[in-house]
Amino acid sequence: MANKNITPEQKEYQQHVKDRMPRSKTFSQCVRAFISGGIICCIGQLVRNMGETLLMLNEKDTAAFTAIVMVFLGASLTGFGVYDKIGAWSGAGSIVPITGFANSIVSPAMEFKREGFITGTAAKMFTIAGPVLVYGVGSSVLAGLIYALLKP
Amino acid sequence: MDNLMHGKRMGRQTLIFSNPGAVISSAVIAGPLEGRGPLGSCFDIVLEEDTWGEDSWEKAERKMFEQAVRTAMDKAGLKAQDMDCLLGGDLLNQIISANFAARELKLPFLGLYGACSTMAESLLIGGMLLDGGYAQCVACTAASHFSTAERQYRNPLEMGGQTTPTAQRTVTGAGCSIAAGSGYNGDRIYGNVFITAGTIGRVTDLGITDANNMGAAMAPAAADTLAAHLSDTGRGVMDYDLIVTGDLGRFGSEMFLDLCRDKGIDLQGRHMDCGNEIFSQEQKVDCGGSGCGCSASVLNGYLLERIEKGELRRIFFMATGALLSPTSSMQSESIPGIAHGVVLERK
Repeated sequence: MANKNITPEQKEYQQHVKDRMPRSKTFSQCVRAFISGGIICCIGQLVRNMGETLLMLNEKDTAAFTAIVMVFLGASLTGFGVYDKIGAWSGAGSIVPITGFANSIVSPAMEFKREGFITGTAAKMFTIAGPVLVYGVGSSVLAGLIYALLKP
Repeated sequence: MDNLMHGKRMGRQTLIFSNPGAVISSAVIAGPLEGRGPLGSCFDIVLEEDTWGEDSWEKAERKMFEQAVRTAMDKAGLKAQDMDCLLGGDLLNQIISANFAARELKLPFLGLYGACSTMAESLLIGGMLLDGGYAQCVACTAASHFSTAERQYRNPLEMGGQTTPTAQRTVTGAGCSIAAGSGYNGDRIYGNVFITAGTIGRVTDLGITDANNMGAAMAPAAADTLAAHLSDTGRGVMDYDLIVTGDLGRFGSEMFLDLCRDKGIDLQGRHMDCGNEIFSQEQKVDCGGSGCGCSASVLNGYLLERIEKGELRRIFFMATGALLSPTSSMQSESIPGIAHGVVLERK
């Protein structure tokens, strides 16, 4: 592991770098993330309302419908090469919503097409989203177990 | 310096070429963004799009490597049988760009991996081959490509995400220097540029772990090599018109100057970093260019010409490399750096 026996020279340099590094503009990035994330969620809400009122779906189907449409939008915008431009401005605002999840799967799928559909696209598709799936599903299993044990 | 020479070595890390090779030709193939930068007119070929008509970026990069060598050879009227050795590398796993280009070029080949220090490493070894009479004509080459580097080291290109302020952009560029020994009588585009000495770098690591802050990771290696070179040769910064670094970028350069000051070396405005020169501020590339193609492009497209014309008399060209891999980063290792340097001067 790095820095197990950190020398004074190393420590001094690392502190110097930390002090002098150009800082990210955290406040403006937070504002942008808030605005862009909020807009994406509003679009999601719109889709949900359409599902409920126009398509007369029940609770469960509405949720599925919303997720399907938002994932479709995220995937398409990635395919058109637009999502990364949105991401450059939005930062976390476009990564966190489900559209960001779609982007994280579609972008490596596109990128690794050159190595073929099996060893490229299919194998590399989950390089970014993998941890989300593993720990997301894992924690929901855990939550479900706890609920099952504790419910009255 | 002349009265301190003992054979071919000086001090701990420096080699003196008493029978120096001369750089006789050079060529640069650059990508579209680089072509729109301040040095765009210095490059032999500027690509319209970064695949250069190939199926993949990797194939484009090897084509760039190959064509950089061929263009440099053509400019001096050289044929394959005139070339004794091709030295070079790139940033990809197993240096496939260099290997596959060498397959097409069919020259005796020494593949090198020095990360972004490859251009200086190849000139250093090329200079040794020429001075020692082991070759009469060598081609020293390095190439990198933004998209191939992103694929290997970072995230897919279509992924939405922001870069940090210290991040640099890998240059899409391939540069080749052709150097010849004293017995060379053929055509040349440079008559005044000689490789007179070189300093072999040592791996230096001050514990920077952030792969988005390469400049700060490599700056200690550059400071170490410069200090070694000056101490070995007994020279000072004033003996050089420029101390050139490969791709420290804006923040890395600042760290480099600070580290040199700590070692008692004042660069007195004689420092130039290729990563800072290849892109303009308007092109918004955070901290500047990086990649072995960065130093290769700036040296072969711009600096050699300035030495030839007499604008620069002597420079110390030091390319810096970050010797990490995606695996080492994931294992929480820090980023070791290395810097090799060569002295290029008029005689």
